[in-house]
Amino acid sequence: MEMSRAPVSACPACSAMPAAEALAGSKEAMKDSTISLSLPQIHCTACITGVEGALRAAPGVRDARVNLTLKRASVSAEAGVEAGDLIRVLADAGYEAHELDAGTIAATRTDRAGRDLLMRLAVAGFASMNVMLLSVSVWSGASDATRDMFHWISAAITLPAIAFSGQPFFRNAWTALRARRLNMDVPISLAIALALVTSLWETSLSGEHAYFDAAMALTFFLLAGRYLDHRTRAIARSAAEELTALEVPRAWLVDGDGERQVPVAELRPGMLIRVRPGGRMPVDGVIVEGASEIDRSLLTGESLPVVAELGAQVSAGEVNLTGPLVVRATAVGEETSLHRMAELVAVAESGRANYTSLADRAAKLYAPGVHILSALSFVGWWLYSGDARVALNIAAAVLIITCPCALGLAVPAVTTAASGRLFRRGMLVKHQTALERLAEVDTVVFDKTGTLTAGAPEVVNLDRHDQADLEIALALAEGSSHPLSVALTRALRARGIAAARLDEVSELPGYGTRGSLDGLEVKLGRAAWVGAAGKGGTSAWLKIGEARPVAFQFTDALRPGAEAAVAALKAQGKRVIVMSGDTAQAVEDLARRLGVAQWVAEALPGDKAARIAALQKDGARVLMVGDGLNDTAALTQADVSISPASALDAARVASDIVLLGADLTPVPEALEIATRATKRIRENFTIATWYNVIAVPVAVIGLATPLVAALAMSLSSITVSLNALRLK
Amino acid sequence: MDILVWLIPISLVLGGVGLLGFIYTVRSNQYDDPEGDARRILSDEWDDHPRP
Repeated sequence: MEMSRAPVSACPACSAMPAAEALAGSKEAMKDSTISLSLPQIHCTACITGVEGALRAAPGVRDARVNLTLKRASVSAEAGVEAGDLIRVLADAGYEAHELDAGTIAATRTDRAGRDLLMRLAVAGFASMNVMLLSVSVWSGASDATRDMFHWISAAITLPAIAFSGQPFFRNAWTALRARRLNMDVPISLAIALALVTSLWETSLSGEHAYFDAAMALTFFLLAGRYLDHRTRAIARSAAEELTALEVPRAWLVDGDGERQVPVAELRPGMLIRVRPGGRMPVDGVIVEGASEIDRSLLTGESLPVVAELGAQVSAGEVNLTGPLVVRATAVGEETSLHRMAELVAVAESGRANYTSLADRAAKLYAPGVHILSALSFVGWWLYSGDARVALNIAAAVLIITCPCALGLAVPAVTTAASGRLFRRGMLVKHQTALERLAEVDTVVFDKTGTLTAGAPEVVNLDRHDQADLEIALALAEGSSHPLSVALTRALRARGIAAARLDEVSELPGYGTRGSLDGLEVKLGRAAWVGAAGKGGTSAWLKIGEARPVAFQFTDALRPGAEAAVAALKAQGKRVIVMSGDTAQAVEDLARRLGVAQWVAEALPGDKAARIAALQKDGARVLMVGDGLNDTAALTQADVSISPASALDAARVASDIVLLGADLTPVPEALEIATRATKRIRENFTIATWYNVIAVPVAVIGLATPLVAALAMSLSSITVSLNALRLK
Repeated sequence: MDILVWLIPISLVLGGVGLLGFIYTVRSNQYDDPEGDARRILSDEWDDHPRP
């Protein structure tokens, strides 16, 4: 192939920029669509080239770029290329891929706040390095005109640099002061401002001490803390948003000219929507065609499927299990019951805001103390020496030395280390103070369906059936996608049972499956349908000819790690409670299996939140672990909350921590890590306090030079960061 | 000490060039995929001619 070669450029970026612009321009003209894919398994160099190569070879694809950090690929393709096609292409190449909702992802792509902080950090870093170099020459003996010149150059660098990079602190301090509160940013801003004013004054009188380097280094260290803090949360947030983006809301609209796929946002009340087996209801509505069973566990916590017949009401979020349904929409979008339940969350939200973080508590003790101390040393020295200049110098030294440089790093350094560790264990910490709140927990409340149980049934009494029955049951179950049939098929296949040969197997949605064995009618399905008297628990009945029906009993399979998690929590001395909307029988069985003494059944969504509030009133600190819509209010009410990644979007939004894997074992570990992290934060505060206890008297008696201030500040910051790193 | 008249502006300009370079990298999204970029350089796919 002939390639036209561009002339070699001394600056590759210079020639790349116009090329990139031209590319963007031509893309605009062709109206390409951008498709985002999530690639959870890629991890290596070969994966990047493999995925990009496979995507670029696909028809209609113009360009593809993999982001290994986020494990995503963004593809620009001609209009008409569907994400489904690309996912198949990647599956053939051996990579698992999922579509991401472009609208949700677009919001997360440009992290403006992060970039802004990074820019300020860079400017502060540049300025503090230069100013520090100039200061080193002053400390090592520059005098007279040279010293004055160095001070003036430092001032020229520091003033604009602080005006730009110190803005986050000044803005926060101003908001706090206007609300008549004190936070860490007030002493920080005051120290920086006072240091600058004193130093300018000293410099103009060709004095010996100027604190430009201290003010600059202070800004730099504190910005580093802010940036760490921001990054930790940005990573967790973008991962949590990716979970949301994975659920691309689409629906099959039935109209005059057949069926077509439309975004859920386009649905209106009165439209007819087809919901396939396995699909989630996109709207509230009434069934106008078909019969099926629906799984309402995410909304109500019931583990048993409910029959859905002509004319029955369905709500958004329920899952259609067996037969195709056509639903006439009665409420869409914001008006669906799914959304109305979210209002419960807003009510519970208020409790959370009362929590004061350790940093705020420290600031409340610390800020007034520092200001009083600094003011006292000013007054004392003024009365003693009668020289306002000396007094102001000393007051500034006190403020700078006590300035919460290490305090600003104490919390973010620890939360970054702890969140990173939890992330590797499969947990996303979304909220800033979640770790501190998690460390205080003494009561753990679990939801049942979907949290402690995997939401998949498991057959329990296979041994009580004879071989022939099992063979017929397998043959009938194989033909159905009902969760009980699927579980039965899996269990029977695992036993090495071969299916019997049946004729005319057909499924009656909502009832069961039937077939004929050498002319004899065989049925597998609901108790009432096969003519059996139903009893408690989940079961499917097999009827052969006119013989008495026999039952296959099911129980909810436990989520992996559920038993270990409950045992570990009890070993840690926590109180464990199971709270569910399911029937008393089902909840009691499960609680007994896990060895949990306290359980609550048939709890309505409001009940759960009320019970947690009651526990809190008795002084308990509650961790709620839940996944359903019926849990959201409780998740918000609890002191801290965890939800699995399989949870409904609303539940994930309401919770502080998202559990990424299917396994529950990280939950007790998270409690343990949180306790250790909080201990480290306290240690860091102690270290910072000790530095002050030693340095403050030195400053007050007037012995602190800018060199001492710089040393004290850097040493305490480094000790605090190293202490935080011990968590890893 | 007259040399300072040259040295100080030179050091400031060099530092400033570094700062501008950093700002350029931030603005052109070069920190979006640190892990991927670290690995891409090991791939020989685009060695002979740059990626279009």
